[in-house]
Amino acid sequence: MPLYYDDDQTMLADTAGQFMAEEGSIKNQLRHWRDRDCKDGFGHGLWQQFAEMGFTGILVDEDDGGLGMGQVEANIVLEEIGRNLTPSPFLSSSVLAATALKHGSNDVKGRWLPSLLSGEKVYGVAIDEGRKHRPETIACKAEKSGNGFKLSGKKDFVVYGASSEMIVVAARTSGSDSDRDGVTLFAVPQDAAGMSHDSVRLVDSSMASHITFDGVELDGDAVIGEVDGGREVLDAMLVAGRVGSAAEGVGVARGAMDMTVDYLRQRKQFGKVIGEFQALQHRASHLYSEVEIARAVTIKAAQLVDGGSEKADLMASVAKAKVAKVAGLAVREGVQMHGGIGMTDEYDIGLYMKRDRALQEFLGDQYYHTGRVAELSGY
Amino acid sequence: MSDSDLEAFRAETRAWLEANCPPEMREPVRDEDDIYWGGRNATFKNDAQKSWFEACRDKGYTVPAWPKDYGGAGLSPAQAKVLREEMAAINARPPLSSFGIWMLGPALLHFGTEGQKQRFLNEIARGEIRWCQGYSEPGSGSDLVSLQTFGEDKGDHWVVNGQKIWTSYADKADWIFCLVRTDKENKYQGITFMLYDMASEGVATKPILLISGNSPFCETFFDDVKVPKSYGEDVPAQVGEVNRGWDVAKYLLGHEREMISGADGGNTGTIGAALARANGDIDPVLRAELAQFDVDALAYGAMGEKFLDEIKVGKAHPAQPNMMKYAGTELNKRRHELMMAAGGSHALEWESEETSGGKPSRNWLRTKANSIEGGTSEVMLNVISKRILDLPGA
Repeated sequence: MPLYYDDDQTMLADTAGQFMAEEGSIKNQLRHWRDRDCKDGFGHGLWQQFAEMGFTGILVDEDDGGLGMGQVEANIVLEEIGRNLTPSPFLSSSVLAATALKHGSNDVKGRWLPSLLSGEKVYGVAIDEGRKHRPETIACKAEKSGNGFKLSGKKDFVVYGASSEMIVVAARTSGSDSDRDGVTLFAVPQDAAGMSHDSVRLVDSSMASHITFDGVELDGDAVIGEVDGGREVLDAMLVAGRVGSAAEGVGVARGAMDMTVDYLRQRKQFGKVIGEFQALQHRASHLYSEVEIARAVTIKAAQLVDGGSEKADLMASVAKAKVAKVAGLAVREGVQMHGGIGMTDEYDIGLYMKRDRALQEFLGDQYYHTGRVAELSGY
Repeated sequence: MSDSDLEAFRAETRAWLEANCPPEMREPVRDEDDIYWGGRNATFKNDAQKSWFEACRDKGYTVPAWPKDYGGAGLSPAQAKVLREEMAAINARPPLSSFGIWMLGPALLHFGTEGQKQRFLNEIARGEIRWCQGYSEPGSGSDLVSLQTFGEDKGDHWVVNGQKIWTSYADKADWIFCLVRTDKENKYQGITFMLYDMASEGVATKPILLISGNSPFCETFFDDVKVPKSYGEDVPAQVGEVNRGWDVAKYLLGHEREMISGADGGNTGTIGAALARANGDIDPVLRAELAQFDVDALAYGAMGEKFLDEIKVGKAHPAQPNMMKYAGTELNKRRHELMMAAGGSHALEWESEETSGGKPSRNWLRTKANSIEGGTSEVMLNVISKRILDLPGA
């Protein structure tokens, strides 16, 4: 498969690009909700529009009412989300939770998919425990209790958790904390007794929850996939989420770079446009080169996911690590090249820096994924 | 061509390679003479090299994508990719390497007359003539267009005087494709892309000893060299129009940059696992750097693939080879720095048998030229600024 978009994908990119630039713009969404101190951190109206465009079900099989598309298509939407800093539950709901639900029974799908597809509800995922992403270790416990389970423990960095109608929770049903086996995924409804959210605003104005499960009673049909066999589904979620967040990072990097290069073409000092200075030109050109490479490896990783390749896991980490490095460079260079104005809240470049910071942490930062590349390569 | 046709071609190719590529030609390249460069004075290192070359030559596989009339096999891009893949799968060495294949050939295919193509392309494909490239001059490196080697018009011939530098393998080459100024008043439109015999009277070459201890480049001197304007009917001595050689040169630089970039994955693969195996105890900080490198290398590999895919369908930005050259050569330099670091004192050995005559250190030094030859990294960044980012005054 060639590493560029086919006609349908190009059309989707045009549609999503135009939609996000208009409806999902920084002014209409990020600033709008932030300046009103919105407790959701995103707009439900826009989520409805996502549903009308079909985006909410982009990864959901056609038989289940979705578009039945792949990671490449989800990434196309995510890149535009990143470019416009559109606050959206798309990554959590339509990529991560949707990937989990794909592995659920028909009952599970029937219960949760319709209101995801309709844009009525959003879903979250609870994977991390502690400050860093370490999904190899899962301590949060679900013990057998009658016909169901009793869930206890803590989860962190549950993005848009407090606004989520349902949260996919990775919990331990057997074995010790760092065992690969013995993990089970649960669909935990928002109103479950014993679940409490400590919802906090993050640097990028999004919201994330620390969640405490205090003996939360779940019946057997809350299980997604097999009891004790959740690791494979979790792995699929992680690969999709990492490649997806890489795509959003590419969008952030491109958005910041485009804005900065525009600024270099306009800002005048010493009687000339600062883009004439070679010191800045070379840095901008280096950035361009890195962003192109980050984008290429992200498309590659998405294609490998869609092809079910055994290399998808490795390339997901490569993409996540590379994009993190490059998007970090893009936002730092962006703020620096904007000079003083780059430090003001009024200018958007700082918003890119904030979003990048949050995205870096999501599902593993560049250090985690770089280390993972070494491990998967055998050293 | 349908997928099933392509699969049939793959099966056929695999069988052909099995029958024609000797086991010795599937070993990694260790020495310079493991590669056959062709030319009037060429000798084969062994029978295997000879039979592999001749089999490919007769099949058109020294230049598989060139038309059959010009010595190629007329393969479609998809077929050529299959052949590359199948050759890579058995680690087959290239049957013939030359600047004729990489550089002059593409220029002739694009700008040459039918007569030039018939003669020169066939000679290249059959490994009969080895070419060298006369571009840089002592005073014209990054600012190539300032070149001063001059060809004085004498009616039916030119008389060429001047000096070239960094002429790769000029001392071994039979012919040269050379940028010669033919109009002193016109900077860009005063250069002619000339072809002439290195055996002509007045041509002299002198190898340049590099920090690697090798001499792949020469200084080349032209002292009243008589270059006929024509080599026969429809075979002019210049490619493109007289005084319009800069267009050809720019086109070729794109090719050269693409080649040096390693976009085909040639010299930018991962190293962490191999170095850890070979050198045992790896310092954790070095391990981290190796992992960072591998991330960049794998990402660049995807970029190379994307770039080649886009080139094929004309989707790549015309200045993208500059970006590829910049990123690829910087990556390769870093790669060799890390190989030296992981290799420790072993990698310092300059003449030992263990290191095949100082391979690690000589290769490390050689890579320093990657970001200089074919346009420096700094020039690449200038070009990206101007042609891709559209920054003013670049």
